[in-house]
Amino acid sequence: MNAPSVPTRDPRSVGAAKAERAHFSEPLRLKGGATLPSYDIAYETYGELNAARSNAVLVCHALNASHHVAGHYADDPQNIGWWDNLVGPGKPLDTDRFFVVGSNYIGSCFGSTGPASMNPATGKPWGADFPVVTVEDWVEAQRHLADHLGIERFAAVIGGSLGAMQALQWSLSYPDRIRHSIVIAAAPRLTPQNIAFNEVARQAIMTDPDFHGGHYYDKGVVPTRGLRIARMIGHITYISGEAMAEKFGRVLRRGQPGFDFDIDFEIESYLRYQGDKFSSYFDANTYLRITKALDYFDPAADFGGNLSAALARAKAAFLVVSFKSDWRFTPARSREMVHALLDNQRIVSYLEIDAPGGHDAFLLEDPRYHKALAAYFGNIEL
Amino acid sequence: MRADQTAIAQWVAPGARVLDLGCGDGSLLRYLWQERQAPGYGVEIDDASVLDCVANDVNVLQVDLESGLSLFADRSFDCVVLSETLQTIHRTELLMREMLRVGREVIVSFPNFGHWSARLQVAFGRMPVSETLPYEWYETPNVHHCTIVDFEDLCRRLNVRIRERLVLHGGAPVTFLPNLLGSLAVYRCTAG
Repeated sequence: MNAPSVPTRDPRSVGAAKAERAHFSEPLRLKGGATLPSYDIAYETYGELNAARSNAVLVCHALNASHHVAGHYADDPQNIGWWDNLVGPGKPLDTDRFFVVGSNYIGSCFGSTGPASMNPATGKPWGADFPVVTVEDWVEAQRHLADHLGIERFAAVIGGSLGAMQALQWSLSYPDRIRHSIVIAAAPRLTPQNIAFNEVARQAIMTDPDFHGGHYYDKGVVPTRGLRIARMIGHITYISGEAMAEKFGRVLRRGQPGFDFDIDFEIESYLRYQGDKFSSYFDANTYLRITKALDYFDPAADFGGNLSAALARAKAAFLVVSFKSDWRFTPARSREMVHALLDNQRIVSYLEIDAPGGHDAFLLEDPRYHKALAAYFGNIEL
Repeated sequence: MRADQTAIAQWVAPGARVLDLGCGDGSLLRYLWQERQAPGYGVEIDDASVLDCVANDVNVLQVDLESGLSLFADRSFDCVVLSETLQTIHRTELLMREMLRVGREVIVSFPNFGHWSARLQVAFGRMPVSETLPYEWYETPNVHHCTIVDFEDLCRRLNVRIRERLVLHGGAPVTFLPNLLGSLAVYRCTAG
């Protein structure tokens, strides 16, 4: 007799995830001066909150990701969470021990209130009228979500890149509500060069004729061309030159130069593919706001540029991780944060991983990186 | 812990803030925290050792000592330890100055190249290999060997004041002809 066909299930996956949505009817005052009259936050949770409520870990996402951190959806098994290699039973962020919360930031296009949501004042999508949000605003919204979930204090807040900026901001906005801050592939503020890349991306979107000043939802168009180019620019900065050369080389798709403007090199094909994919699901108004949130992030700004003074409020223990091949946020940027934490005699460990992946290395499964995270989480007392 | 680390631990006051340069798996820092309530940070470049430190729940910073101690503010530590790492450093003088900048006190240990067995092996035409110098010449991480006399010369030149010295062999103190009979030297120094 044949064995019954049981679908193979990855024992280290959280399995089918369920996206939840919390509604907050209290207005949210934003750093930029505007107020959101009410808002939703999309989130997912994995594992169980323990009786002492001491095992909650908040995972903050970066530019294009969402609250779908791990597992898959029952009706969409190919849709795997963006940090599934890190989060799950027996994985470095072990859901047998921790209650993991993935939360989607305000302004997103994946479930939390954003530019495509209905503006209650007009009954139409917010579009260009959706306010510019900041990392501080996201942390404030996440704090309301924590209250909603009954989490007084997170065991840890973790993120990479823009997610790491939220992990850092948590330690400053709510020093008593976070025990560990895990800050990966981040910077304490953007360089003019970083901002320049963001501005080119924004210009690509805003000069697209289909942008309509941000009010394109009711026009039946999306600024696909602008988004596509914005994503291409972003992608160039996420990968190291070394990794790009390794992955694509100068391989010609057609075997020989075409002496035309079709795709010659593999890298062109890759960028076009990434641009097409991204522009098919991501919202241009969201992209504009996220890049602004990145540009504005600067906890030292209120302290005359003195990061040590800015981080004096933090009480959490820190793990700071950088990747040598990351040229978007270089290891030197992480060391600035470490320096400021040491000035304040904070508990901090710093890892500089010699991985080739560039900025995106934080999403990959380098064994040194993942073993260190596993060891660090393993030492967090519950 | 190694013999020199046991000696070093005795010189660290309870509650002192310690920076351990080239901290390996962090066992000295862990010991100092558990036994002396001395909080500290380790600096280590090797991936496997850094991972051991994280597993040992020791603060570790993965940076290169050769570029100095720019992460650390002046006088931010009571005690800076450099145990059995001096001989692997290219820019020795820079690091010695940096240690005295960030620490009130500096503890340095190194294998003594003046030990009779090293001298004997060189006399017979071979690079020394021993318990404290375990590497063959072609695989050694050591680049700057010195003897007890050499180190004390450097201290004089850098205006470093030697407060205490302990010379060991096989874990036991050596007081007679230390530069000949000691294989490991441990110093407690301050700025002069």
